[in-house]
Amino acid sequence: MSFQIECPECGCRPVGEFHFGGAVRERPEPAAGDHVWAEYVYTRPNIAGVQREWWFHRAACKQWFIASRDTRSNVMQPAQTPDSQEARG
Amino acid sequence: MSPEPMWRTHELKDSYDVVVIGGGVHGLATAYYLARLGITDVAVLEAKYVGFGGSGRNTAIVRSNYRTPEGIAFYDLSVKLYEQLAAELEFNVMFSQHGHLTLAHNERGVSGLVERANMNQWLEVDSRVIFPEEIQELVPELNLFGHCRFPILAALYHPPGGIIRHDAVVWAYARGVDRRGGQVHQQTEVTGIEVRGGAVEAVVTNRGRVKTRVVVNATAGYASTISRMAGVPLPIETHPLQACVTEPLKPFLNAVIVSSTLHVYVSQTDRGELVLGAEMDDYASYSLRGTLGFLEGAALHLLELFPCLANVHVLRQWAGLCDMTPDYSPIMGAAPELRGLYMTVGWGTYGFKAGPASGFLMAELIATGKTPPRLEPFALTRFAADRLVGEKAAASVSH
Ligand SMILES: Cc1cc2nc3c(=O)[nH]c(=O)nc-3n(C[C@H](O)[C@H](O)[C@H](O)COP(=O)(O)OP(=O)(O)OC[C@H]3O[C@@H](n4cnc5c(N)ncnc54)[C@H](O)[C@@H]3O)c2cc1C
Repeated sequence: MSFQIECPECGCRPVGEFHFGGAVRERPEPAAGDHVWAEYVYTRPNIAGVQREWWFHRAACKQWFIASRDTRSNVMQPAQTPDSQEARG
Repeated sequence: MSPEPMWRTHELKDSYDVVVIGGGVHGLATAYYLARLGITDVAVLEAKYVGFGGSGRNTAIVRSNYRTPEGIAFYDLSVKLYEQLAAELEFNVMFSQHGHLTLAHNERGVSGLVERANMNQWLEVDSRVIFPEEIQELVPELNLFGHCRFPILAALYHPPGGIIRHDAVVWAYARGVDRRGGQVHQQTEVTGIEVRGGAVEAVVTNRGRVKTRVVVNATAGYASTISRMAGVPLPIETHPLQACVTEPLKPFLNAVIVSSTLHVYVSQTDRGELVLGAEMDDYASYSLRGTLGFLEGAALHLLELFPCLANVHVLRQWAGLCDMTPDYSPIMGAAPELRGLYMTVGWGTYGFKAGPASGFLMAELIATGKTPPRLEPFALTRFAADRLVGEKAAASVSH
């Protein structure tokens, strides 16, 4: 379904202006081992429900931000700019 | 007089030898071939109705001109099983093998097609690169020599490719399951999987608990939700894929036409309608609603190929859910660390054509406990082992 996303910089814009960056996840430590890293690289939470995820406003301000969305209805909650911890992830 | 139902309804028993989750082509074909091997105490549990998922929403393209040797061999088996399916199931599945053309609009595209043609020919799949004069003989309406932004330089021609009646396929398999002694349960949603001592013990449904030692996950777009119930994470993300259909026209288009550059493909059904589609939506979602953006893009790109269609009306559009894997190949086999859990998932935008082969080989795996060689490359463990089966170039627009 087409929907709009509230960009923290630019306000409400159509989803086609954004790049989807996947669910927010915790990045393993560099020494976590092959198994943990393979899991991180390949598996996806793929939640049918509310999911926190990364979005990139490619058509305008070029900012990455985090927003929560119900993946069944595409209803979005207001976006947040990532804190420094998450921005590393 | 109302027609006789194609399969019976039953009370849900409290135990089965095999429970298949998902009443699409993969679940039904797996149950059918299991029953054919004599494993008849099998139930297909479908949350909605047979064909609710991608199996009732796809654009029904069947072909085997893939890129990797593993992929080509697998899909070739499926095309051969489809060629026999009407006789096998005594149901007209309307398989029309009128050919499949993948267009290239730049030099890189042409070399990609040459690589595929070589691989296909090596594995004895009928497939070759042809050039505009020959393309014109096959599809005179195509804009080959007129003004256009992306001139057509060549095409991968795959004569055995074509389209099929997807509803007939799932109905025929469901009836086949019933005739061979299995059960098809619609409106039966799995809400949990019970695991004990490293093995599957039961599934929980809206109609009660069912004991079983063997569960097959065949739920495509919903595969992650089922797998999570058993604690097995998957490398899958669910994306919508959209399609639309026009009003019927006089038959003029035999072959399926695909252009990756233009992100569009089109075929003409036996009823005369044009069915067209594109790439999947680029964000993950479980929503089944279509978008205007898709319709605009598909129409715009179709007119690049066929300017003569400018006044044709669209009748309807729809979306289905696709379980995308990182390498655009499926995941088939047993779960590595949980006894009794099997999966045939990751069918993405391209899995309808694979139903017969996957069902046939999954049934063999479950019946014998041994992984048939043709399934081996598609194991879930291939990701951690870095042995991907990369089919994106052959499957992201041509489904
Ligand atoms: C628009 C579109 C075009 C496509 N075009 C092509 C094409 O041209 N060629 C091609 O080969 N492929 C194509 N595909 C892909 C193809 O449709 C799918 O890969 C294939 O149909 C998947 O079949 P399946 O049996 O695995 O799953 P599905 O047919 O999706 O069936 C899964 C079933 O599981 C059920 N289910 C989900 N959760 C539960 C639960 N908790 N309990 C019980 N049941 C549950 C669902 O209701 C659903 O009926 C296309 C897909 C789409 C959407």
